[in-house]
Amino acid sequence: MVTTPVIKNCSYCLVHVPDLVQYGSKPRREITENSSIRDSITQSLRSYETVLSYPPNQTYIGNLSPDELSKVSRPWFEKETPCSSKGKFGEILDQSSFYGLLKVADVLNPPLFTVDETVLPKLRERLAEHPLLTTFASRLAANSTNVPEPVEQDSMQSSALHICSEGKTFGWFYGDERAEGRGDENLGPYTLLENVCTKATGALALTWLLHREKIDPGKIDFLISCGEEACGDRYQRGGGGMAKAIGEMCGCINASGMDIKNFCAAPASAIVTAAAMVKAGLYKRVAVIGGGSLAKLGMKFQSFLEHKIPILDDCLACTALLISEDDGASPIIHLEPGAVGTVPVGAGFSDEAVFRHYMLAPLEALGLKCSDIDRYAAELHDPEIMEFAGSGDVASKNYRKIAAMAVLAKQLEKSAMNSWIEKIGMPGFAPTQGHIPSAIPYIGHAMEAMGRGEIKRVMFLARASLFLNRCTNLLDGVSFILERNPRH
Amino acid sequence: MLTGKKAIVFGERDDISGTTVSTCLKAAGAEIVYEATACFV
Repeated sequence: MVTTPVIKNCSYCLVHVPDLVQYGSKPRREITENSSIRDSITQSLRSYETVLSYPPNQTYIGNLSPDELSKVSRPWFEKETPCSSKGKFGEILDQSSFYGLLKVADVLNPPLFTVDETVLPKLRERLAEHPLLTTFASRLAANSTNVPEPVEQDSMQSSALHICSEGKTFGWFYGDERAEGRGDENLGPYTLLENVCTKATGALALTWLLHREKIDPGKIDFLISCGEEACGDRYQRGGGGMAKAIGEMCGCINASGMDIKNFCAAPASAIVTAAAMVKAGLYKRVAVIGGGSLAKLGMKFQSFLEHKIPILDDCLACTALLISEDDGASPIIHLEPGAVGTVPVGAGFSDEAVFRHYMLAPLEALGLKCSDIDRYAAELHDPEIMEFAGSGDVASKNYRKIAAMAVLAKQLEKSAMNSWIEKIGMPGFAPTQGHIPSAIPYIGHAMEAMGRGEIKRVMFLARASLFLNRCTNLLDGVSFILERNPRH
Repeated sequence: MLTGKKAIVFGERDDISGTTVSTCLKAAGAEIVYEATACFV
């Protein structure tokens, strides 16, 4: 019997990593040019407590709804909202606990992440006292004795990266120092730190998903990773394997897996693929995992320094979603012919062409009008991060385009655009982590609102800048419609 | 209006793309000598 796929559960976590901001792509390049920038960055970092009380962060982990966030006046970074490190959907993890996870995620011998012997017990303690991470504590291995000493320790050109917290050295992160790894730029410390951060944050999100669903990791049949990293060596740069690396760390012993790449739209592509697998009967439970992006930490730091405000892009963000067979309660993913929005190669480069294909065409295929969708989730980037950098409110700009398309389709009066946007839109609340803000942060909130009977349908619209690969000038868009379970 | 003028076009993915700006400028008679669309997210 053909089943209807549902999004059964979800998790959303942030990891506050102020001392890794210097290793984001933009800060790293600027520090290489002028090392004094590192001090400027350090002086502008937020405390963990400040990160907890930042309203968009509380929205990301589910303690505030997007509608509640929209009522909080700006600037948000000056607000101290009631907060918790734990949320409905996940948590905001502190840096020290994350270093413990990072160490567990490192499986190479000799290790990539060598931790100071005096710090190791502290990391073990941090993991042990965390109810969901306690199983990782016993897996924290001592360092190999074959660890090479880092050279040029205070330089961005160093053979190892200084990993510290609150001014204290925790350890060093190396590249692959084995003979087969030496000289391979894909296996240097920066790239491998980026990859292992994706793995560790992905494992955090998957751990929360398993906890929220109350299932054993062995029950997961298939894993799809949709992160922005590119794992592999010089012969297969971006070869992948992240999904199974995360699954292995979390004990998903019965799951196979694969990685899906599609820039920021990769999570939407992964959800559609997972749903199709479930509908086809290949698997019963597929976990889609998006780990965080180290490269995008501090992407807008110069603007924050210029405006003398704290650096707000200081968190890795991650998510995990469980796609499974219809349980009669969870929201269904529409997979009827034409229901999934795509942008064909021949669609052209204009925004109008892209939106016609991935927004209007699926609605038409399902016999729906634009107004039959209660909420649209587009690019949900925190506007406070984007506006200081001069890029404007990305979510708001996308809602203008969505409303304009509804007008072009003659399903909305031009004069009603603003009031319609108020109804179907929401403020962005995800940090600039590329794939993570692209529509999917609203899935958890949508599930809650559907459960309360407040909304029926949500359209998720994810865009991808394919042109960043320098092989095409194309844009991409992927959309899907989530609907309250008709049997609920 | 722009006949005989050359134009350099910078667009943004989440705003107005370079292609859209170029289409408008070409319609007004301009010659596009460079066009790029950036992604800031």
